[in-house]
Amino acid sequence: MLLHYVLRRLAFFIGAMFIASVLIFVLIRAAGGNVAAVVLGRDASPEAINALATEYGLDRPWAVQYLDWITGMMGGDLGQSFRTGESVADLVVSRLPISVPLAGAGLVLAILIAIPAGTYAARNAGRSSGTLIALISQIGIAVPVFWAGVLLSLLFGVQLGWLPTGGWTPWNVSVLGAIQSLVLPVLALGLVMAASLSRYVRTAVLDVMNQDYVRTARATGMSQTRALLTVGLPNAALPIVTFLGLLIAELIGGTVIIETVFSLPGLSRMILSNVAAREVIVVQSTVMLIIVFVMFVNLVVDLLYGLLDPRIRVAG
Amino acid sequence: MSAVPAVQVRDLHVRAGGLTAVRGVSFTIPAGGRMGLVGESGSGKTLTALSLMGLLPVGLRAQGEILHDGVDVTKLSDAQLSRRRGRTLSMVFQDPLSALNPVRRVGHQIASVIRRHKGVGSNEAGQQALSLVQQMRLPRPERIMHAYPHELSGGQRQRVMIAMALACYPQLIIADEPTTALDVTVQKQVLRLLNEAVSERGCGLLMITHDLPIVAAMCETVAVMYAGRIVEMGPVSEVFTAPRHPYTRGLLDSQPTMDNIAIDGSSRLPSIPGMVPPLDGLPAGCAFHPRCPRADDRCRREAPMLDGGGRRAACWHPLEGTLTGTNAA
Repeated sequence: MLLHYVLRRLAFFIGAMFIASVLIFVLIRAAGGNVAAVVLGRDASPEAINALATEYGLDRPWAVQYLDWITGMMGGDLGQSFRTGESVADLVVSRLPISVPLAGAGLVLAILIAIPAGTYAARNAGRSSGTLIALISQIGIAVPVFWAGVLLSLLFGVQLGWLPTGGWTPWNVSVLGAIQSLVLPVLALGLVMAASLSRYVRTAVLDVMNQDYVRTARATGMSQTRALLTVGLPNAALPIVTFLGLLIAELIGGTVIIETVFSLPGLSRMILSNVAAREVIVVQSTVMLIIVFVMFVNLVVDLLYGLLDPRIRVAG
Repeated sequence: MSAVPAVQVRDLHVRAGGLTAVRGVSFTIPAGGRMGLVGESGSGKTLTALSLMGLLPVGLRAQGEILHDGVDVTKLSDAQLSRRRGRTLSMVFQDPLSALNPVRRVGHQIASVIRRHKGVGSNEAGQQALSLVQQMRLPRPERIMHAYPHELSGGQRQRVMIAMALACYPQLIIADEPTTALDVTVQKQVLRLLNEAVSERGCGLLMITHDLPIVAAMCETVAVMYAGRIVEMGPVSEVFTAPRHPYTRGLLDSQPTMDNIAIDGSSRLPSIPGMVPPLDGLPAGCAFHPRCPRADDRCRREAPMLDGGGRRAACWHPLEGTLTGTNAA
């Protein structure tokens, strides 16, 4: 049964990845224009443009280009930049030391805030303390990430001068400096995500607390708090974990904005500048990598779900 | 068994905001005694039961006196109540599927009740849980212990619930419609099991149901509730054969029997005309008067109280004599 469930999820994962790759490939090209001409600039000769197009196979049919790209990706070859000739893999790897800690710490911060806050708000629903938490998270949801970033930067960077307002100190130059340049971006990202996550946690816990099995736990002598923590939360974990999987996509969208606000040369900023430069190969390979990552996380969530809820293993 | 009653309820009111859902309920269940609490949906049966457990939903308050295990449970803190719930006082709920934790194995759920109240280790608790499962006559007890609730049948789940409720030999078990969610074929088995288990342990039983034959089979006394009040109370044998309150009479008449369910549909099941009044629109006087064939001016003005004696009814014009016909339970 469990094996069947895993196989189904895997098949779904592969199918979805195929569709996503086709979409990326087509969308980038549907933007129109001669890629080689844009890359080489206004003054390039037609011969040079044709030479570039031939070199990178841009003059071949789309289907051929697609197959070439996909088989390359599967073999670990992500292609290279038209302009600099750098391999996409190197480009991506060079940005990870910024983007991975940013997104990772942001997510951890969001979880660390949201689960206690949401549970507390649910436990105290109807009382002023619970309502206050719910109100704060509601406000947090309404705050755009860039605004939170700008505000934090103004307060801690400009007014108090405790932390840099932006920019990046590489890890190999100064570990402390790198951490300092990440604190405000992580705060901005984590706080904003914590708002929506805590609201979700509150709803999930509230829903579970009204279930009959929590009443049974109480009727057999469990205290309210213990029932909440040992019966309520494990049951609420199912929807919360699913929501976390979906939040990964929001997280990556958030890093694009935060990296821009704080001038961090991360992965998202690299994609943005390459979109502007029509670096088709760089963009499609990097975006595909991100999609594979997001979908992989959701695959893990699905499998985890089966582990958390004995009913799923049977129902599939 | 000591002479201390399993529970003694005096003038219980349950209020929610400005509304009163239970309006002055009093009854006593002696040690090892069994009482049925019957009435239509919304009459306050379940709220009465939840008041005894101290588990009313948020926003509802119980007032009055509920003496159990030597204390008034309405005066206890939640922590003090928690030490009694599942130990001296336990409850079997209506739908065993939703009442069991879906992500925990059944054996763990039973054992955790034992661990909580008896202070024994998990091995010992597991052994006691297994022996309870065996007493519930569940097939292949070891397998049941390792099963999740969704892997069991409805009847098996309810046996597990009963095992949890009985685990600590409580003085009182409250069973709230314990067979309503079960197939008719397994209802009898589960009831027989509950009946035996309660007898063996000598615990008191409060059986909440709208199924009068269940009360007739399992209980010694019965209280009939209508619109938050007990309108008739007494020994089952007498109340069901010679009801004094017109509402009790109506309930008895509306039980299906072989006589009043004709196959060709020619004869119809008698029912009580009208509907249970909403809490915010209770009629003046006797709450039942708009539906009562015997109501007069006095019933519309003054609310009757339960009269004295062994067979008490709250009615200005109680019925006399015994029921004729085949509906007597």
